[in-house]
Amino acid sequence: MSAQGRPESESRAPGREGTSTRPAVRFAAAALAAGALLVAAGPAAAASEGVKLDDISTEPADIASLQSGARTFVNFCLNCHSASLMRYNAMRGIGLTDDQIRDNLIFTAEKVGMPMAIAMTPRDAKEWFGATPPDLSVIARARGADWLYTYLRTFYRDASTPTGWNNLVYPNVGMPHVLWRLQGERALREEEVSKDGRPILGEDGKPRKVARFEQLSPGSQSTLAYDQTVYDLVNFLAWMGEPHQLERKRVGIWVLIGLALLAFLTYFLKRAYWKNVH
Amino acid sequence: MADGTVTKNAWARQLFEWVDARFPLSALWKSQVSEYYAPKNFNFWYYFGSLALVVLVLQIVTGIFLTMHYKPDAALAFASVEYIMREVSWGWLIRYLHSTGASFFFICVYLHMFRALLYGSFRKPRELTWLLGVAIFLTLMAEAFFGYLLPWGQMSFWGAQVIVNLFAAIPIVGEDLAIWVRGDYVVGDATLNRFFAFHVIAVPLVLLGLVVAHLMALHETGSNNPDGVEIKKNIDPATGHPVDGIPFHPYYTVKDLFGTMVFLLVFALIAFFAPEFGGYFLEHNNFIPADPLKTPPHIAPVWYFTPYYSVLRATTDELKWVIAIAAALFMLWALVRRGGGFARLAMLGAGAAVLALLYLLEAKVWGVILMGASVLVFVFMPWLDRSPVKSIRYKGWMYKLALAIFVLSFLVLGYLGMQTPTNLLTRIAQVFTVLYFEFFLLMPWYTSIDKTETPPERLT
Repeated sequence: MSAQGRPESESRAPGREGTSTRPAVRFAAAALAAGALLVAAGPAAAASEGVKLDDISTEPADIASLQSGARTFVNFCLNCHSASLMRYNAMRGIGLTDDQIRDNLIFTAEKVGMPMAIAMTPRDAKEWFGATPPDLSVIARARGADWLYTYLRTFYRDASTPTGWNNLVYPNVGMPHVLWRLQGERALREEEVSKDGRPILGEDGKPRKVARFEQLSPGSQSTLAYDQTVYDLVNFLAWMGEPHQLERKRVGIWVLIGLALLAFLTYFLKRAYWKNVH
Repeated sequence: MADGTVTKNAWARQLFEWVDARFPLSALWKSQVSEYYAPKNFNFWYYFGSLALVVLVLQIVTGIFLTMHYKPDAALAFASVEYIMREVSWGWLIRYLHSTGASFFFICVYLHMFRALLYGSFRKPRELTWLLGVAIFLTLMAEAFFGYLLPWGQMSFWGAQVIVNLFAAIPIVGEDLAIWVRGDYVVGDATLNRFFAFHVIAVPLVLLGLVVAHLMALHETGSNNPDGVEIKKNIDPATGHPVDGIPFHPYYTVKDLFGTMVFLLVFALIAFFAPEFGGYFLEHNNFIPADPLKTPPHIAPVWYFTPYYSVLRATTDELKWVIAIAAALFMLWALVRRGGGFARLAMLGAGAAVLALLYLLEAKVWGVILMGASVLVFVFMPWLDRSPVKSIRYKGWMYKLALAIFVLSFLVLGYLGMQTPTNLLTRIAQVFTVLYFEFFLLMPWYTSIDKTETPPERLT
């Protein structure tokens, strides 16, 4: 017996080490490396129309942020969008009591145990917006937090659309800029990028352009405060996409500890049984 | 158990004897487990058979609990999965174990098959074990395909739509066949209901039967090993058992127990901390409910199907020319090789048939044929390998190189199958599709001229 902790060579007689195991181990290493590469590359994620998304990390344990996001959500989103897979009182998961939910977050006659539905019918919605606003229960899992965070911050005035609004991440979206009173009105200016007086060309050979927003009228929040509002909202959407995510990780730790213990014990059990196998 | 360990408890012993007189309990236990002699030199790659069995049990158990809450109805299915995730006690855990298990089933099976390619486990006398294994693999693919429709997300819907439409490519009967499979003109409620029936009862029944047959066939011939040496050739005259064999129980039961714990550790790491696995195990688009009116810009199957999907997409009119040239070369070789007149005639006929079908059928149909062939070609392995030795340890550089190219092709095709195709990527996929098939088609040639070493008489 040699090479503790290397199960692939446990049963090998002395003198054979390193000769015939090598190809097998090398294959394993190559396969692992290839797997790692695949993960690093990532699958073709939700279409982002070529706009670089701002990178955020959500914080499912940040109760204050989640509660602020919940407030923004019921005030601004939950009129056209439903979250029908969520009960109101599922928000007990972000530290609220049933009474707090009933008094602060429900504006209709609904009970706390009812799902977050809306009165607008899909047929009306289709007629009014051109498309039915999607249910937002798992939107963060479909679109990703980065997409939502960027999307909600890149609305701009556009006289050519029916709503008078357009979006950089989701061009010609049917949704108007619901949070415009907070962010204010902005216009999109596209500028060619230049270096040393020469335009920088993009992959298509044309001068590369950057989008720059121009504030037309101020909102009730500063840019910084608005970013925080949107972050909290997206954080809430990400939590709502999987309300049990903290519990999942908490349980996971104990499962890993238990399995590690069992792996340790069974390793010595195996060694004891194999003592006499040569 | 059978050797008197129950003597302490007279009541239990009596019950055992009562059963044993009416059912071959101890005989089965002995022949399949406690006195099944396995080679003593199993290495890392030999864990994945038992691990696949562990995953099978896990999938069945978690699947039963999911069925208690899931609604196979196009109007309710998506919400019922989220109901399991949110409202059912520990529902999220059961669902994640099941979805992670699906991917790990394929990981185990692919590594298990790779082991067979390494050590020649498919060779005589284990051809039937191998064929049953290929049947298990095909059944597993069907099981995964049917199951993937059930969450009724966008990828579920459009993935099923794409695959069922492949049937429509078959000439003459195709359209009717696709409608018959779907039960509708598009994937719909009828499709969901029948896929549910296939996923939860029909296919698992077949799968279980095949797994039992696979194990029985294996235990009839005895296991292969990393040296590819038959341990039954060296029987100890005193005991009547192979000198290099050890009883499966307790030696490999405790060893596999340890392997299972390590495996579950990795499994739990993903199921609890990265159940979406970056969109590979649970695709992002599948969190959008199925919408027959909105085709997603990018449809990709789950990772374990992408190598074959790549083959499908790589088959263009240009690739048909490559097949035509290959068929022509094959016929030329049939003409010049020595050997019986009938074999030559058959080979010429086969080549001519391929050429005729190339002329008659469009590239789309050939894509379906090649995709099917890329899976079914494994069937022929026992008869393609002409090497005098089984294990890669004693094979020459040609087989090692061929296997390395094959593994690389499989991984590259798998990666490309997830990407949005471009001209360049399609070209790369075509090159690797050819390389993928060359592993099999050229095998009779390179394994017969490869320089091999003489394997030892006994295990090393």
